[in-house]
Amino acid sequence: MNFTLKVWRQKDCNSDGHIEEYPAENIPIEASFLEMLDIVNEGIIDKGGEPIHFDHDCREGICGMCSLTINGIPHAREKGTTTCQLHMRHFEDGDTIWIEPFRAGAFPVIKDLVVDRSAFDSIIAAGGYVSVRTGAAPDANSIPITKEDADHAFDSATCIGCGACVASCKNSSAMLFVSAKISHLNNLPQGFPEKDRRALNMVQAMDEAGFGNCSNHYECEAVCPKSISADNIAKLNRDYAVATVRKALA
Amino acid sequence: MNALTRAVLSFWDSSIGKKILVAVTGVALLLFLPGHLIGNLLLFAGKDAINEYALWLHELGHGGAVWLARIGLLTVLVVHILLTIQLTLRNREASQKYSHPATTRASRSSRMMIWSGLTILAFIVYHISHFTVRIGNDYNGSAYLTSLPGHDGNVHNVHQMMVDGFSHVGNTLFYIIAITLLCSHLSHGFSSVFQTLGLRSRKSEIIIKQAGRAYALLIWAGFLSMPVAILFFGYGSI
Amino acid sequence: MPLNLQSAVPSGPIDQKWTKHKMESRLINPTNKRKYSVIVVGSGLAGGAAAATLSELGYAVKCFCYQDSPRRAHSIAAQGGINAAKNYQNDGDSVSRLFYDTIKGGDFRSREANVHRLAEVSVGIIDQCVSQGVPFAREYGGLLDNRSFGGTQVKRTFYARGQTGQQLLLGCYQALSKEISNGGVQMFSRTEMLDLVVVDGHAKGIIVRDMVTGEVTPHAADAVVLATGGYGNVFYLSTNAKGCNVMAAYRAHKRGAAFANPCYTQIHPTCIPVSGDYQSKLTLMSESLRNDGRIWVPSGIDLAEKIRLGEMKAADISEEDRDYYLERKYPSFGNLSPRDIASRSAKEVCDEGRGIAPTGLGVFLDFRDAIKRDGLDSISARYGNLFEMYEKIKGEDPYSTPMQIFPAVHYTMGGLWVDYNLMSNLPGLHVAGEANFSDHGANRLGASALMQGLADGYFVLPSTIANYLAEQEPGSVTESDPEFTRCLEETNTRVSSLMSANGKRSVDSFHRELGLLIWDKCGMARSREGLQNALKRIPEIRDEFWENVRVPGSGAQLNQELEKAGRVADFLEFGEVLCHDALDREESCGGHFRLESQFESDDPEVLDGRTQAGEAKRNDDDFCHVSAWEHTGVGTKPKLTREPLEFENVKLSIRSYK
Repeated sequence: MNFTLKVWRQKDCNSDGHIEEYPAENIPIEASFLEMLDIVNEGIIDKGGEPIHFDHDCREGICGMCSLTINGIPHAREKGTTTCQLHMRHFEDGDTIWIEPFRAGAFPVIKDLVVDRSAFDSIIAAGGYVSVRTGAAPDANSIPITKEDADHAFDSATCIGCGACVASCKNSSAMLFVSAKISHLNNLPQGFPEKDRRALNMVQAMDEAGFGNCSNHYECEAVCPKSISADNIAKLNRDYAVATVRKALA
Repeated sequence: MNALTRAVLSFWDSSIGKKILVAVTGVALLLFLPGHLIGNLLLFAGKDAINEYALWLHELGHGGAVWLARIGLLTVLVVHILLTIQLTLRNREASQKYSHPATTRASRSSRMMIWSGLTILAFIVYHISHFTVRIGNDYNGSAYLTSLPGHDGNVHNVHQMMVDGFSHVGNTLFYIIAITLLCSHLSHGFSSVFQTLGLRSRKSEIIIKQAGRAYALLIWAGFLSMPVAILFFGYGSI
Repeated sequence: MPLNLQSAVPSGPIDQKWTKHKMESRLINPTNKRKYSVIVVGSGLAGGAAAATLSELGYAVKCFCYQDSPRRAHSIAAQGGINAAKNYQNDGDSVSRLFYDTIKGGDFRSREANVHRLAEVSVGIIDQCVSQGVPFAREYGGLLDNRSFGGTQVKRTFYARGQTGQQLLLGCYQALSKEISNGGVQMFSRTEMLDLVVVDGHAKGIIVRDMVTGEVTPHAADAVVLATGGYGNVFYLSTNAKGCNVMAAYRAHKRGAAFANPCYTQIHPTCIPVSGDYQSKLTLMSESLRNDGRIWVPSGIDLAEKIRLGEMKAADISEEDRDYYLERKYPSFGNLSPRDIASRSAKEVCDEGRGIAPTGLGVFLDFRDAIKRDGLDSISARYGNLFEMYEKIKGEDPYSTPMQIFPAVHYTMGGLWVDYNLMSNLPGLHVAGEANFSDHGANRLGASALMQGLADGYFVLPSTIANYLAEQEPGSVTESDPEFTRCLEETNTRVSSLMSANGKRSVDSFHRELGLLIWDKCGMARSREGLQNALKRIPEIRDEFWENVRVPGSGAQLNQELEKAGRVADFLEFGEVLCHDALDREESCGGHFRLESQFESDDPEVLDGRTQAGEAKRNDDDFCHVSAWEHTGVGTKPKLTREPLEFENVKLSIRSYK
């Protein structure tokens, strides 16, 4: 298969970037999207150029390291798929493919398609955990949790922290990411005692990191490779309001 | 600062806090619109009906009620607008543009909220100066005084004012555009209220969305029925 | 000086050793702990758990990872589950049974005391994870669910759908985040360790490169913990993440740490087969699929050929022409036979010409009968996400066509040598998780990697490290020590020589060449001749690498080619250690299969029916030891020291799964 790539190239965070065109030739139909880029990069290196930098690691859709906005959509149009799990058979021979970094003010470009998503870490550090010390835990079966609650918590906990939700959002909002963690922990008995603190602190960290706010477009839900529900955002809004009221009355 | 002030301030500063206030003020406006519409639809019940309604409104609570409502609505509106502008500016700052943008799911209404909102604001200013303050017309003049059965003296002829107002093509065209944008604004605004106040779930999503559309459509049809009847079907002209 | 391989295993009965050891271990006063600094390299289950727990105890921790966030460490990709001897199922499980299963699964090549401790602390891991909010699968009664996994006959595996590793790692990452926000852990992401600094024989710090700015800096501490994972990517194609590498462990090895049992590499039987030379990695399909899927190839070579050419489909092959070879050879374990056995059997049938993938390297994993028995819905409830993943990659629907699978490199049991305290022969250097050699012997059982990583990180290391630290003056070595300056210079020289090679070939092309060679000669079946061949070839590839590699760009910014080049340069040296070990170990055990050492049809064990011809033949008389290799210089044979393995509690037996 042959493609024309329009790729964002940017030397570093202080330089301006631009779109550059590359041919991708003789790509096997079984190749994954990143393998297609590997092949293009081999060609660039052969010609003495600097390869296109992009983040990737596990290449099986779980580490959340890969990014790329493909034809304007983070992780491309395939539903529930990360870029690394996307295969070239979903494209037509001869297609022009636009490849840009995950764009958001809070995700500055480091180089080419590589962005800095450490803002997510600072949000988790603000309260996305249960404060339990190693060794202090009671027996695992001492608190039963209904299967529904456990499944529900899992559905939110499956977030891979890739940042596609932010990159797809016209406001660069991190609400889906934050709300997934809130839903995961606030719904479990283990996370219950810190429920209010968690909601207040994580939202504050989110605002401070420079993310936008939610305009209920649901683009995030549509591009999320783990299909995390925007219901979580409603829950976050509710938890935040309740936490504020309780704090005000305390 | 005590806990209460601190909580209120940080709520006001936070993105979610602002969103919730936008939603709450939105609810107030969503509730106002059907009231306003039903009153105005008395136009079709005849001259006396609507004039009597207008009089009742202005005399309610010795004339205090209407002012209370006006101040309330104005506050709600100012908060709604101020916060959405703040939020939009913050969003502009937070986001970056793609060279090759695409949309997967966001509805057109949702993407033009700020523009439909600002147009509606312009319309509201015009609308109030047109029919409430009555600038640039002689609606306050003696030509617009009329008698009302069971009432001594003259009352303001709201019926005539509306008929004349909507007989003007330019006015009516702006009115139609603004109401159409309002419809778009409401269809996203209605369902957004549920999401922002944490009342939406995947199960209720469809119902809320359809209810939002139905509500917006009713408001649109209701408000447009009057100018359309007057301008295109000659309602009220003798 | 001979290598000091004192295992430091406490005396006493096996089930009391750990308790006794904790009792006898040194303690550090809580107010003094803050004065001690510990470097943790790696943020996976072992590293992340260790960093978080050490910080909770009061130590000042610096944690490093090469990914952009500690949440992305490759522990995240583990699918199946985590073992623990909770016996919640009342099916006869116990600490002793988990201990025995692990020792036997490891083909009697691990240290008894370490394995017993692992089984003991496994119980606490589940408690810890649940209290962190890890959403394990539950039954309708609200209690935790278990499944049987990877060749065990009890249900002791806790799981969170097919993403157990992810959920455990996120729990660990959240604990780490809590400590980062408390100020106890200083986190360095996108930072790669390039060297270990040894001062007066003690590991006292590391040299790292900031992968964004290219800056190379020294970090000193009172102790160093390496939790940097395995070396599976020496094969180029593996189920490891692309970034996984041996650099940290190998740098430590070059600075004096012994590398133990590198030849024990686990080949996982259920991976998606290779489809072309462009391929960058292999994808694992969870072992849990073998609970319901049946593995087969056609009985005849001609039928297999027709499938390969696309002239026939799996469905066209009649029941009597299907060879369910695992069920045939191992009737009591069948499709659930341990990984090494299942992998080797797949290789055998493919070597016979009965493979069904276009390349000839692949066997069927068929759910037809399971769907018929349990219904499509219940199979989809159990494996839906895995089937989806398979379809994404292969473009085929596994509900209607059987999956194609083939073994791939998955885990490495070998690693840096450590004693009972998880300290290497270099005082101060501690090694945890897959990076050490300690608990799995020659083969790891399914769902035991997560158990070991978390056991080391949460429970063992935080307790044993005090034995070393208590004897150290906190902060006695700083970055101003001349040794740091020397190592920093060496590292800078190395980086610039990689940058200035200015050759013609890409880093990946060398990595691919090395990987193919090692897979061919030191993969599922190894022979003396093949290994000798590899040992001749590796230095040639290495020499060409240094002359002809091309690393474009600059070292003073993000440069992914430079990162790869540094890692491949180490693989090119490490590959030799791997082959030396495989050559030296003239027996077959677990993940190490020597063609010269298999049961023959006239062996007494075969005649009396305990095993069959062609099975791995251990040699307990000559090889019941840990092989620890000491670096003697690039290109020269490393020096071997043996740590004998003594079995006081289990009887060495043929590892039969018949």
